[in-house]
Amino acid sequence: MKVIYAPKLLAAILIALALAFISSPAPAQGPTPTDDEVNRIAKQLYCPVCESTPLDVCPTEACRQWRDLIRTMLAEGKGEEEIKQYFVTQYGVRVLSEPPNRLVTYLVPGVAILLGAFLLFRGFQMWMKPSITEAEAVDPERKPVQDPYIARLEEELKKQK
Amino acid sequence: MIANFGFGVLFITFLVTLYSVFAAIYGERRQIPAMVESARRAMLLTWPLITLASGVLIYLLVNNHYEVQFVYEVTSRSMPTYLKVTAWWGGQAGSLLFWSWLMAAFASLVTLRKWDRDREFLPWVIVVACVTMAFFIGMNVFFENPFAQLYQTFEGVKPYTFRPADSVLFTPEDGRGLNPLLRHPGMVIHPPMLYLGFVSFVIPYAFAIAALITGRTDDRWIRLTRRWALWAWLFLSFGLVLGGRWAYDVLGWGGYWGWDPVEIAAFMPWLTGTAFLHSVMIQEKRGMLKHWNMLLVILTYDLVIFGTFLTRSGVLSSVHAFAQSAIGPLFFAFIGFTLIASVALIIYRWSSLRSETEMTSMLSREALFLLNNLLFMSILVVCFWGVIFPLISELFTGQKVTVGPPFYERATSPLFGALMLLMGIAPLSAWGHSTVKTLGRALWKPAIVALVITGVLFFTYTQRVGALLGFFLVAFVILVTIYEYWRGAYSRQRSQGENVFTAFWNLTGRNRRRYGGYIIHISMMLMAIGILGIEIFQVETQGTLAQGESLEIAGYTVQYKEIASWSDAPAGVNYTRSVIDVYRDGKFLGELNPRIDYYFDSQQTMTIPGQRSTMKDDLYILLVDWEPVSSTGATFKIYVNPLVNWLWLGSLLFLAGVVIAAWPEREAERVAVKARARVQQQTPSAAD
Repeated sequence: MKVIYAPKLLAAILIALALAFISSPAPAQGPTPTDDEVNRIAKQLYCPVCESTPLDVCPTEACRQWRDLIRTMLAEGKGEEEIKQYFVTQYGVRVLSEPPNRLVTYLVPGVAILLGAFLLFRGFQMWMKPSITEAEAVDPERKPVQDPYIARLEEELKKQK
Repeated sequence: MIANFGFGVLFITFLVTLYSVFAAIYGERRQIPAMVESARRAMLLTWPLITLASGVLIYLLVNNHYEVQFVYEVTSRSMPTYLKVTAWWGGQAGSLLFWSWLMAAFASLVTLRKWDRDREFLPWVIVVACVTMAFFIGMNVFFENPFAQLYQTFEGVKPYTFRPADSVLFTPEDGRGLNPLLRHPGMVIHPPMLYLGFVSFVIPYAFAIAALITGRTDDRWIRLTRRWALWAWLFLSFGLVLGGRWAYDVLGWGGYWGWDPVEIAAFMPWLTGTAFLHSVMIQEKRGMLKHWNMLLVILTYDLVIFGTFLTRSGVLSSVHAFAQSAIGPLFFAFIGFTLIASVALIIYRWSSLRSETEMTSMLSREALFLLNNLLFMSILVVCFWGVIFPLISELFTGQKVTVGPPFYERATSPLFGALMLLMGIAPLSAWGHSTVKTLGRALWKPAIVALVITGVLFFTYTQRVGALLGFFLVAFVILVTIYEYWRGAYSRQRSQGENVFTAFWNLTGRNRRRYGGYIIHISMMLMAIGILGIEIFQVETQGTLAQGESLEIAGYTVQYKEIASWSDAPAGVNYTRSVIDVYRDGKFLGELNPRIDYYFDSQQTMTIPGQRSTMKDDLYILLVDWEPVSSTGATFKIYVNPLVNWLWLGSLLFLAGVVIAAWPEREAERVAVKARARVQQQTPSAAD
């Protein structure tokens, strides 16, 4: 009996499994994303109403709905950039924590700082008397002109040693 | 009636400030001392007058006069009396009045000093102080009247200064109540501190303008205002720190500084003020940088006005910008006028502001201070650009953008690092001349010890390059400063036979400015430890827990026990308080109670974290949500903020340092005179 029924039973199980596999729909969603996964993206976004408050910590109902939307999109298998792009398309680039054109954002302060550094350097060159620079070159051991307090302190310490 | 009286007093104050300006100019031009004295007395009158107007406003606030629009907007019957008083600066109109009140107090204090040697400055100091006051009081009188009352007209209920025809006074049953975020003790003292810092920076500016107009462009104006500038800096710094602490305790995002435009607005005058405090020393010691110091104090003044403008105009809304109105263009015009007029004066006096000496070495202390100024100004440029870039973008491209923390952190981190390095090197460089050799000789020992400390941290705490670099700089600056301090104390110990503590105490007392400055440097480094900790090592997690469930984070186990919600009707608040047990390595550490308070009057919530604070780290738990899951559990957001307590500890030390540096040195000066007399007879001693 066992010899006869075993292959049949096995076949039945295999068929049943195969049927189950074929008939069950492909999973539309993965496991529910964790709050941390949602916040990792939400942290980089700002809603247009709650300016200066990142989405991950904004307590308003609208921001809660945005976080739920991020969760849904993550569950649908969408990636970080895709989700961010969705919000940009819907609400504009102001949802991003930084302007998209980084070159312009960083260029102006960068140039201003470099200009300041250049002016300071030129200032140093103009201020420093050539005679003193030459004197330094000749006599690198030239004694520093210290303020009277430091001079007295140094003198005091030398004496005590 | 009472409100009209308050407005009348305010209007008279406005006229008095205008009279003071014209009398001072007329008296000075026509050389009529009696007119200048009249201007001075008129200015002295402004403080009692604004105090009276403010007293009227406080009376209205405390006694629930909701027919007054301002009272209706910022108070409610359920608020305790002390909060009704502090609601004075809880809204736009009141805070402008508060600004003027502080300004009048400071202006009065200045005019009460002895003017014997500096009489020529007086009329112009009066002019600057009173023009500033007239602007702010004018704002109150013409645009933001805190005494405007609500009237029912055919068009509905609207605020009016004077009763319109065919209207009746409208008195609401209750007020809207103060924004809950502003009811926190930190917020009660944070705005006054910031405003104190703001208004006290007006005094050095007033003296600078007086020096430019009178042509007395030597360092007299700097010596007269040095202490004012230090106190202003103290108030501003402490205001910033209190704001940070308030954000940490109330805003519920686990941090203390969010690079919010209004935070930056208060930070910008701090940057120029700090640069000013350093660069004036170059003028005092070496007679250099006179143009630059003038420019710095002018910038600080205008950034103070800009800071108030940002908060008040509503041009840039943020979590702080709780009040908005159409006064922006006027602020803009005032800033433009004062900036252009002040810079024109510098140009007019250009030749008399020439340096008395030359720069002799790129490693001298004055050169390093200049580099320090460049770095402060660079941070200012980054901040200013970040604040105005969204406006520029919208104006030119129509595209609204957000400039958030990533921009500021990326752009300012190297600048702050370079500042720290300078803080380590500059105290050991000499005025006039330093060489690589002399500096190297002074620096190598602290640098080696700092490297060893960094090495230990590499093996025991972190391998992150940014953090190690930061910790190296912190250790380096602290060691250099302590080394310098110790050398002075050691000298005293040997020469005076004092014990180590007395030697340190007396050393500080003999040169408060230098050693107060050193204490400030050390305090900054302690604060830097806190900033490095939270910025680099902060970890967070969020999860929904059923009763009895727990979450693990950075070695902590956080177990949710229960939640309760109840209303306190007289206080007008609903509390939802959770109970969390905290464990570490199986050991029970204590219970935390993150909660959410809902205020009925303003219909706003406040998220109060549960905090367990140690010098190693802070466990910071927020109750995020409970309603949808009340039957099964609640959602918590948990942060572990390493080392953040060092930030607050550093702030306290900072306070001590500034008080030491700014403390009047009358006694010290007397001692110094005696010491100089003694030195002429005996051997000189540095430690005296």
